[in-house]
Amino acid sequence: MPDMKVNEKHVTVGKQFHDDPRMTMRNVNVFYGEKQAIHDVSIDIGKNEVMAMIGPSGCGKSTFLRSLNRMNDTVEGCRVEGEICMDGESLYNTKLDVVELRARVGMVFQKPNPFPKSIYENVAYGAKIHGLADSRIDLDEIVENSLNKAGLWKEVKDRLHQPGTGLSGGQQQRLCIARAIAVTPEVILMDEPCSALDPIATARIEELIKELSENFTIAIVTHSMQQAARVSDRTAYFHLGQLIEVNPTEQVFTMPEHELTEGYITGRFG
Amino acid sequence: MQASTLFIIIIGLSIFGYFMGQGRALALAKPLGGIRKLHSLPSYYAAQAALFCALPAIVLMGLWLIFEQPIIDSLVMSRVEAGGLIESKADYNLALNRVHNIAAGVLSREGQQSVVLAAADNLNAFRTNARLALTLLALSLSVAGLVLGLRRIRPDFRARASVEWIMSGLLMACALLAIFTTLGILLSVVFESIHFFRSVPISEFIFGTSWSPQTAIRADQVGSSGSFGAVPLFTGTLLISAVAMFVAVPVGLMSAIYLAEYASRRTRTLVKPTLEILAGIPTVVYGFFAALTVAPFIRNLGESLGLDVSSESALAAGSVMGVMIIPFISSLADDVITAVPQSMRDGSLALGATKSETIRKVVVPAALPGIVGGVLLALSRAIGETMIVVMAAGMAANLTANPLDTVTTVTVQIVTLLTGDQEFDSAKTLAAFALGLMLFVVTLCLNIVALRVVKKYREQYE
Repeated sequence: MPDMKVNEKHVTVGKQFHDDPRMTMRNVNVFYGEKQAIHDVSIDIGKNEVMAMIGPSGCGKSTFLRSLNRMNDTVEGCRVEGEICMDGESLYNTKLDVVELRARVGMVFQKPNPFPKSIYENVAYGAKIHGLADSRIDLDEIVENSLNKAGLWKEVKDRLHQPGTGLSGGQQQRLCIARAIAVTPEVILMDEPCSALDPIATARIEELIKELSENFTIAIVTHSMQQAARVSDRTAYFHLGQLIEVNPTEQVFTMPEHELTEGYITGRFG
Repeated sequence: MQASTLFIIIIGLSIFGYFMGQGRALALAKPLGGIRKLHSLPSYYAAQAALFCALPAIVLMGLWLIFEQPIIDSLVMSRVEAGGLIESKADYNLALNRVHNIAAGVLSREGQQSVVLAAADNLNAFRTNARLALTLLALSLSVAGLVLGLRRIRPDFRARASVEWIMSGLLMACALLAIFTTLGILLSVVFESIHFFRSVPISEFIFGTSWSPQTAIRADQVGSSGSFGAVPLFTGTLLISAVAMFVAVPVGLMSAIYLAEYASRRTRTLVKPTLEILAGIPTVVYGFFAALTVAPFIRNLGESLGLDVSSESALAAGSVMGVMIIPFISSLADDVITAVPQSMRDGSLALGATKSETIRKVVVPAALPGIVGGVLLALSRAIGETMIVVMAAGMAANLTANPLDTVTTVTVQIVTLLTGDQEFDSAKTLAAFALGLMLFVVTLCLNIVALRVVKKYREQYE
């Protein structure tokens, strides 16, 4: 495997900044105890943009994603340095309410993780916590809208009160997306949302991501380069904790600027 | 020969058989070109020979030792009975005892009836012969097994399969032993209870509200009529268990949540074992703590509030018992809470729920079946607890729901019924078995419910 060593004085190549950013990250370093997982990453995610993050296993893309809604807070010994802002407001400001932040930045996980409650309760959960519904009718509406947006309404409308864990894997993942949408976030983070799904369910989710990008900003971590190519506007390539290249997706997969990116997408390593 | 000596000889023979078998297997393998030409490893051939040598002989010995005594007794006593000395079962037992003592030389032979003396001599002769027969039989069985085991060693003999088969049989026998013991206990309790229900109607026992098990020893005695209504005992048990659960469930559950969700790893390694020490304290110690420290404290406290508290109260016993069963609940609940996948918590946190919202709305409901299972196990423990109640709750069988009163429980009454000199077939003594049976049924039902709930829990996130 050639070229796997860390680039000592590395500079991210390509178009890492955006004219109309929703989230801006500058010189972000993430540590797990003594070990540094993310080295000096600066990148923008634009409004209503789908940003794909790709790279070999262990390159830190999931770690980076999880620092965007401070899910790393739950990991013992994890420390984030640098500046992460959303609409100009720093996320790691001590005055910031992490509960509010996570309502604005939703997250979908690798493995579908519906709560062991009914489908209805799964979707209503976030709305109830944040007091988004004043009446049962409001709540019903939120649930229906969210399930509709996640493309699940038709399949489950007759069994809303059956357990969410009884759905198929792809349906469960769409339920998790509906659950995230229900609290009307601005950004949705997706951590390999299709890695536990079969190709048909994957295609359904990818379609959904495209539809969602009309209303939401989406950052998606994926292992599948085809998936990145199909759904994203820009693609960021991570390598051993460094951000190597950010460019419009089409360019990354046809004319990558950096040799490491080229090596990865042509399958020389990863 | 002593049974223990015989046992050691058989074990020695079987060790010898092991090495013989190994040697034979290796000798067979050599001309064929190594042990890979044998079906199994030499140790399997050896183990097979050793098991053939030991197992049948030991099983024979076990059965023999169980049945030797009753058979010899009945043989001996048949002559004494023919002598016309036996009129009742008590007489029979008395005569049998006398025969045994004479045979052992404890009782002098002078002044005994000739039939009894003859029986004692007979007994000794039977015993000697039986032992000799056992020795010969067991040894020859052992040697025969050894020879057979060794002769079965051939390159194509599937020793591995045969050893596996014997091993699974041995394991099953151990499992059956536990089941048969439970059955044995249950049956003995059931038979004595049936005996009891002959003298006291079952409806009076289950629905009667007065418990005073003093029966008249002589026919002309007054004042001790004896009434066997178990209701006050069961309400007492329920009252004390309720107090105990009232203490143990909130404290145990909350400490489990703290340990599983909030405590740092260091705190957890310190606090969890310390909590579990509570389960290791002997119940007697809890008992005198309850009787000497907690009960007077509650009494004084109650008096200063103007309440009438008896010096031995259900509250004192129940609260100390509650402390005792905290670790049952906290430990089990901690396990099931930790078993809730991290992805559930992540999902809730990522939606903007706080930690306590996540715990209340996702983690605890997901772990609830397991928690309920733990609580039910703790409850059956509380119901069966005796020592604390004997010392701190008193003996008076009051039918009351007031935790400041003195009450008694089923287990305490069983203890008082069976301790001391008792006539064994009186209703008073037999009542203990009936109480035991009912308690057994109650805790069994609780355990079944608990197991069902726990089983349901296992299906949760698959």
